[in-house]
Amino acid sequence: MINIALVGNPNTGKTSIFNILTGLNQKVGNYPGVTVNKKEGVCVLSNSIKANIIDLPGTYSLLPKSKDESVVIEYLTDDNSKPDITLVVVEPVNIKRNLFLFSQIKDLKTPVVLVVNMSDRLLKEGIYIDKETLSEQLDCSIVFTSSVKNTGFDDLKKTIIDLSENKKTCISTPVLSRLSEKYPELKKELSTYNNWIEKTNKFSPRNLEEEDEEHKGVQIKETIYRYQHISELLKISLKKDSSKGTGFRARLDKILLHNVFGYLVFFAITALMFQAVFSWSGYPMDLIDSGFADLSSWVASTLSQGILNDLLSEGLIPGIGGVVIFLPQIIVLFLFISILEETGYMSRVVFLMDKIMRKFGMSGKSVIPLISGTACAIPAIMATRNIENWKERLITILITPFTTCSARLPVYAILISLVIPEKTFFGFIGLQGLVLTGLYLLGFLSAIFSGYILNKIIKTKEKSYFVIEMPSYKMPIFKNVFITILEKSKAFVFGAGKIIVSLSIVLWFLASHGGDDFDNVETTVNKEIIGKSFSEEYIANKVSELKLKNSYIGKMGNFIEPAVRPLGYDWKIGIALITSFAAREVFVGTLATIYSVGDADMEGDTIKNRMTKEIRVATGKPLFDLPTGMSLLIFYVFAMQCIGTLAIVKKETKSWKWPILQLVSMTGIAYISAYITYIIF
Amino acid sequence: MRTLETLNVGEKAVVELYTDNSLPLKLIEMGCTPGSMIEIIKKASFNDPLYICVDNNYLAIRKDLASKISVSD
Ligand SMILES: Nc1nc2c(ncn2[C@@H]2O[C@H](COP(=O)(O)OP(=O)(O)OP(=O)(O)O)[C@@H](O)[C@H]2O)c(=O)[nH]1
Ligand SMILES: [Mg+2]
Repeated sequence: MINIALVGNPNTGKTSIFNILTGLNQKVGNYPGVTVNKKEGVCVLSNSIKANIIDLPGTYSLLPKSKDESVVIEYLTDDNSKPDITLVVVEPVNIKRNLFLFSQIKDLKTPVVLVVNMSDRLLKEGIYIDKETLSEQLDCSIVFTSSVKNTGFDDLKKTIIDLSENKKTCISTPVLSRLSEKYPELKKELSTYNNWIEKTNKFSPRNLEEEDEEHKGVQIKETIYRYQHISELLKISLKKDSSKGTGFRARLDKILLHNVFGYLVFFAITALMFQAVFSWSGYPMDLIDSGFADLSSWVASTLSQGILNDLLSEGLIPGIGGVVIFLPQIIVLFLFISILEETGYMSRVVFLMDKIMRKFGMSGKSVIPLISGTACAIPAIMATRNIENWKERLITILITPFTTCSARLPVYAILISLVIPEKTFFGFIGLQGLVLTGLYLLGFLSAIFSGYILNKIIKTKEKSYFVIEMPSYKMPIFKNVFITILEKSKAFVFGAGKIIVSLSIVLWFLASHGGDDFDNVETTVNKEIIGKSFSEEYIANKVSELKLKNSYIGKMGNFIEPAVRPLGYDWKIGIALITSFAAREVFVGTLATIYSVGDADMEGDTIKNRMTKEIRVATGKPLFDLPTGMSLLIFYVFAMQCIGTLAIVKKETKSWKWPILQLVSMTGIAYISAYITYIIF
Repeated sequence: MRTLETLNVGEKAVVELYTDNSLPLKLIEMGCTPGSMIEIIKKASFNDPLYICVDNNYLAIRKDLASKISVSD
């Protein structure tokens, strides 16, 4: 099989081409050591030839300045991974800058094809590229494609097949020889481009944070020489009618970047997005919820009684249900985010918000992670990768878990419905909704506030500059949107899902086993009631209550009860808190499991009813009253309860220091605020 | 000599030769090479960041970086 890599500047359409070539025949993985998505797929070139295609992250240059970029260079230069053919994807509007990268790749001496994508825009933009001349100048094949019109791909496949047979590499640019004339002392380093790249790029992450000062002057010269070379070529092979093209961009930018309207539009879009995430997904979420509940009771009643039945109906099925229920929200959120990204609007948001975010130690680019954090902090933290300033990136990573992720939502929802009365003001503002909005706001404000504080505390010497491209506006390609959503959903189900499901099984085990005390509960109860007359029901309840107390989980709960009592919680809530350190949404499931194990006749009752019936032993009043409920809500706003997030922070910051700091400080804040809340109410 | 951030919106200028190595390589790689035509398309509120067009590349940069780019008319 031939290995083919797609390389090019960001936004030239690599992923669109990849989607067309491979269809749904693709899988996403990670590069070893770095969390940058690596997409691979198989493409059928002809009846007998298949190719393995790799979609690489966009890069402007082979002299790397960020992790995303170093992935590309490593991939292209490492002898083990080096592709057989490199497709350099360029687009007509920025063709000069695109060819800069092309000239570097060409000097690596691997067979290349120049793919001029977005050829549908040539006419509109008034650009004419003389394909034959350019192909001669560059000494390589050129293919025009359009992923919107789906044209040029047969031609591309044919070119790839030809090249895989003759393996022709093209002549190098004159850049290296010009450089070694100017810097004779570097003659050896400049003998081949592979050599030079290896010399100037030390791939350790520490080195990437600061530029290679020693060679920077030479790298600047290299860049300028390359641009001069390309300008010479394009003088002959490119014609541009400058009266065309920019009108649409200018008109839209006038509104979308307006000092007043720009912000209004942005807030309107954000509001619409939240509205959609929460209201559109409500109905499918209810369906999933009741579907899994039905499945559970169906299994419980159909399968013969025993361990397998319990494991399935009390452990596995509710566990899987707890994962799948978030899918509608994730789908709607990424529908919005990917459309905003596809159209080119996201970069406008970055531009609008940069100055404001900088006051809080972040960058305009931090807005995207903060928004996607409302679905899940894990992809959000991965999305900080394109923030080039380390301090801004670190602060964004540290505060993102404060934004209210969708895992908190089920916890909020059930607690609010338990303790907040269904009052309305002015006929339409519901008190419950108001509290929910307040919790979101609280999360957002604490994120911003922590950013402000961290900005004062964290010191760096690092200089780095903010340079982003403002892409042209485009109609989204829906195939791309669809595939993005599919990818994110898969990542969520198989990533977070694994933890949640395995945890719910462990939990079920811990609640239904417990060593000798546990196994002897029946005998103990029987001894106690000898000679007295009790109803069957009383005995059954007594047994299950004692069983829960003596199970492993009961023992853990009793152990931590002193720590959570000041907050108004009993040992059962304590257990739910512990387990939800793995993932917040486990809270509801845990209480459901515990209460259902604890009470024989509650089987089949909804979680909410079970919780309402729970009585505080000391007072005989309902356990979930206003102080306890509010205190729990506040605890969940602040606490860092997500193993997945901690793991990704460790991975992205390459140190345990930051996740531990998050865990300790956020949970500390949570404990103190929950305590204060309990006292106030 | 003038620096980029002193230009008005819509005013055009030419990027001067770089005299020191303090500019980020990324900016040059993105097409801000000496001799290219540069123009400010828009300044965000409080004049920061700047939306620029250099040699047909549309970029946004912060004021601190713009003040390091020398331009001439
Ligand atoms: N008009 C037009 N737009 C296109 C074409 N191909 C892609 N696009 C649009 O260009 C934008 C970028 O496409 P992607 O495929 O995500 O680009 P990419 O190169 O993978 O981008 P990065 O992964 O960020 O480097 C999207 O908005 C696409 O809708 C094309 O042939 N014609
Ligand atoms: Mg891509």
